[in-house]
Amino acid sequence: MSKPLDPRLLRYARGVRTLLIGSVAVASGTAVLVVAQAFCLGDVVSRVFLEGATLDDVKTVVGILTLVVLGRAVLASIGETLAQRAATRTSAQLREALLAHVVRLGPIWLSGERRGQVATLATRGVDSVEPYVARYLPSLVIAVIVPLTVGVAILTQDFVAAVIVAVTAPLIPVFMALIGMYTQTATAKQWNTLGVLSGHFLDVVSGLPTLKAFGRERAQSQRMAEIDKRYRTATMGVLRISFLSSFVLELLATISVAVVAVSIGVRMLDGGLTLRTGLTVLILAPEVYLPIRAVGAQFHAAADGIDAAEQVFAIIGTEPAITGTRTDVPTGDVVVDDVTVTYPGADVVSLAPVSLTLRAGRITAVVGPSGVGKSTLLATLQGFVAPTSGTVTVGGVDLTTLDPEAWRSRLGVVGQDPVLVGPTVGDDVRLRRPHATDAEVDTALRAAGIDPSTLPDGAASRVGDLASDVSAGQRRRVALARVLLDPPPLVMLDEPTAGLDDATEIDVVDAIRRLADAGAAVVVVAHRPSLVQGADEIVELDPVAVVA
Amino acid sequence: MTTVDVKVARGVSPVRRLVPWVATEWKRLALAVFLGTMAIGCGVGLLAVSAWLISSAALRPPIFELNLAIVGVRAFGIGRGCFRYAERLVSHDAAFRALSRLRLAVYDRLAVVAPAGVPAYRRGDLLERLVRDVDATQDLPLRVLVPYASGAIVAIMSVVLAFFILPAAGVVLLVSLLLAATVVPWITSASAAEAERASAPARGELNGDVLTLLDGIGDLTTAGAAQAWLDRLAEDDRHIGRLAERRSRASGLASGLGILLSGGAVVVTLLVAIPAVRSGALVGVNLAVLALLPLATYEAVVAMPTAALALGRVRGSAQRVVEVLDAVDPVPDPESPVAAPVGVVGVRLAGVSSGWPGGEHVLQGLDLDVAPGGRVGVVGSSGVGKSTLLAVLAGFLPYDGSVRLGDVEMHDMTGHDVRSVVGWCPQLPHVFDTSVVENVRLAKPGASDEECRVALDAVGLGPWLDAAPQGLATPVGDHGALVSAGQRQRLGVARVLLAGHPVVLLDEPTEHLDESTADVVAAELLRALEGRTVLWVAHRPHGLASLDRIVRLT
Repeated sequence: MSKPLDPRLLRYARGVRTLLIGSVAVASGTAVLVVAQAFCLGDVVSRVFLEGATLDDVKTVVGILTLVVLGRAVLASIGETLAQRAATRTSAQLREALLAHVVRLGPIWLSGERRGQVATLATRGVDSVEPYVARYLPSLVIAVIVPLTVGVAILTQDFVAAVIVAVTAPLIPVFMALIGMYTQTATAKQWNTLGVLSGHFLDVVSGLPTLKAFGRERAQSQRMAEIDKRYRTATMGVLRISFLSSFVLELLATISVAVVAVSIGVRMLDGGLTLRTGLTVLILAPEVYLPIRAVGAQFHAAADGIDAAEQVFAIIGTEPAITGTRTDVPTGDVVVDDVTVTYPGADVVSLAPVSLTLRAGRITAVVGPSGVGKSTLLATLQGFVAPTSGTVTVGGVDLTTLDPEAWRSRLGVVGQDPVLVGPTVGDDVRLRRPHATDAEVDTALRAAGIDPSTLPDGAASRVGDLASDVSAGQRRRVALARVLLDPPPLVMLDEPTAGLDDATEIDVVDAIRRLADAGAAVVVVAHRPSLVQGADEIVELDPVAVVA
Repeated sequence: MTTVDVKVARGVSPVRRLVPWVATEWKRLALAVFLGTMAIGCGVGLLAVSAWLISSAALRPPIFELNLAIVGVRAFGIGRGCFRYAERLVSHDAAFRALSRLRLAVYDRLAVVAPAGVPAYRRGDLLERLVRDVDATQDLPLRVLVPYASGAIVAIMSVVLAFFILPAAGVVLLVSLLLAATVVPWITSASAAEAERASAPARGELNGDVLTLLDGIGDLTTAGAAQAWLDRLAEDDRHIGRLAERRSRASGLASGLGILLSGGAVVVTLLVAIPAVRSGALVGVNLAVLALLPLATYEAVVAMPTAALALGRVRGSAQRVVEVLDAVDPVPDPESPVAAPVGVVGVRLAGVSSGWPGGEHVLQGLDLDVAPGGRVGVVGSSGVGKSTLLAVLAGFLPYDGSVRLGDVEMHDMTGHDVRSVVGWCPQLPHVFDTSVVENVRLAKPGASDEECRVALDAVGLGPWLDAAPQGLATPVGDHGALVSAGQRQRLGVARVLLAGHPVVLLDEPTEHLDESTADVVAAELLRALEGRTVLWVAHRPHGLASLDRIVRLT
């Protein structure tokens, strides 16, 4: 079982703090009312049964009892509303913190499988924190405050019962922890086998068209039944163990109440206890165990949330590639000096030593076969990757000491496979300059080789409507239009003319030339001769060597 | 196009449609309900008998008169945990068994109608959701049926007990339990459903914005627009928060009401029971029993709001699962199928129109003739129906006009037979979560490792396999090595090579490769497919020069 409350949750989710304070207040009030309810009931029953009291005689106590019930209802209602509200806020705050940090970590960190993982974590994962906050945390607070208060109340009434409760109640968390330790591996395995089973189902269902193409769909049905059975048997074996902890919890709680009841009954026979005391203690005893049981019951619903929160914190704890803080970015040449890049955990160099200088007004073409590290070089220049060796300097200042956001505000980038964020093509072009006029946007689009009149609704065409039809080439041109709308000092283009016909290619090459002539330093990753010929300087990247 | 006869079971709720699968486990479920009843019953019994024991003890009778009660209290104390443990095991076992059957039924239906018969095959996330939906149906027995049934039985037993002790107290308990079992769950589930309905579009927007941020993280960051995008997400979240506010208040109301009903029942019971004690209608010993019964029985109904919530969730999932179970086969097998042609055959399309169910006919009046052993390239921009054409030829889509394999009209053959002649290699073939070699071997069960290796070499994956640590046994798919889009495609082509279909359909097999690699792979591929009829689809004619003919779709 993991830590009940991760301190990092308090730091990143302010909603949790408010909730905890509110829960303490609600739990304390509830504890007092629970005790009051037991005293009222014990008093009324005892007086009516043994002293011949009429309804009129006990009307004050019954009146108090009514108020107590009302009070408990109001408190429960407030507590629940608070908890629900805090849960919604917490998931929002966690999502915000997670995504803000993911933005700092950048696209290289996010590439590959991580993208899917982060997408799931930022949506369903973070949402699963809600039951943890709404149910588990408040029940935890109640489980501390109510049993203690009720225990003290029992102590004032009956020493023997107080001792029974004081011995057994703390045993529950102890036993739970012991069994928890024993079953931890089993429980982890349970989620694992259940996950494997639905993962396998998804795998087979996704591959059904492929299976059908080879006439294998029937054979697989048979196999699925077998696998299902095997996992079910394994899961049941695990459940037998992992249900043990709640079994012990329930057993201890009810046996203790039974022991208290019998002990009261036997001592009353000797005249050692009054009915009033006996009944009061009998009503109080289960209230000690109820909140502890509730924690156990909520734990399973909370487990996913705890897991998700831990994943969020693990990501937030990851250092970005560049952590510089200097915001006054110097002007001047960008000098790449003997830079190599090896991604963490990779046994292959992604970029062999390269040196080049980017100057204002000049176009530098970077060429080399696939996989030579051209995109890695661009990522390094954007500050998404730190050089493994060598340095990148800007006007003599090391890039890694610069504030990444300040540095990137000087860049214009057209990636190999740009993403249109929309909602309209125009919005996308305006990304760098939200208040550009329609005319400016149209000009930029035209300069990038897109005639707005060929789009269904001009620049106001929705990106989503085009998405399936917009080829990577067209998306690159929209991204180029972004840069042309607001030309930055340093422009990077990754194969900007791939997939274009010759006429459009000439337009794009011209646009790039104009960017340089206007004073931008331009770096182009290129295969195509037309681009390479137009460059002022050509840098050939060496094929990378595999490190043993 | 053949008119599809949509079978809609009107008026039958989707949850009810799942009952047959749940019902297959009725014996285990009945046992689980019994055990659950005993567990809750032990809790009620423990408090009720204890109250009686203590009240009786106040009159100081000889101890033997209380022995039975003492034994009862102890038995109830021990029984509760044991019954609960047994109930959880039995109900989970039953739920898993029912789930297995449902899963198979869903699979079997999908095996008939996939990919054209269900929309899920056009969007990966829908398929994932379908799998989650199938899993979610286990909540129907586990969190709805068993808790509701056992809670209701105990509640009725308590009411009967109270009625026998004092009829008026029985009525009070009945009213309070009825309200707690109906009104409270109703408030909870109605407000949850309403919040769900209200916030579903907002959540969709949020999720869409999250995905756009993650996909476009490079573009947004370098354009200096990432912070603005994060602000937009925060606004989405605040919007959802405002929509959730009503739900928080409703669930607050529901939990307050639950306490009020059980506590109120205690007070009202006292109001009717105290005069009854004075009038002699109620034995004094039983006053404590009646006063505590509402508190004890509360446990029987406390799980009901949760059950109602679970039911709401199951309903949504069940709806989508039932849609699959009811999905209509878009290409039903003919009643008296004609046998598949033997040997290498040609493909002849005359006036063929087709499209995905629910969409327009993307393909209209296509004529195309490929001689036996001929190789034809089909090019055209996205959306002109290239993939639709291949889906028709693979027997996945119905068509108007005529498609002949050799001299057999395609829709006179069974789908299975069509696919024994036509080998289809989709644009991004699925890679199963197993080894490379098993992924290829599925195309021809019983093929040797060598045969698989030959096919993999033919698509240019040889060097990759040589570098892979476990060679042919290298795990791929979800839990295995990363496979790039280009490798996936070639793995798919290797399958088709191995399977030896006389007619082969290739959907952009070199799309994700750089130009020089693409040329090499294309040449090797055509060599390996020597003698078979090939239809090669691509969005650009590049690298298709060695084909017999290139047809442009417009």
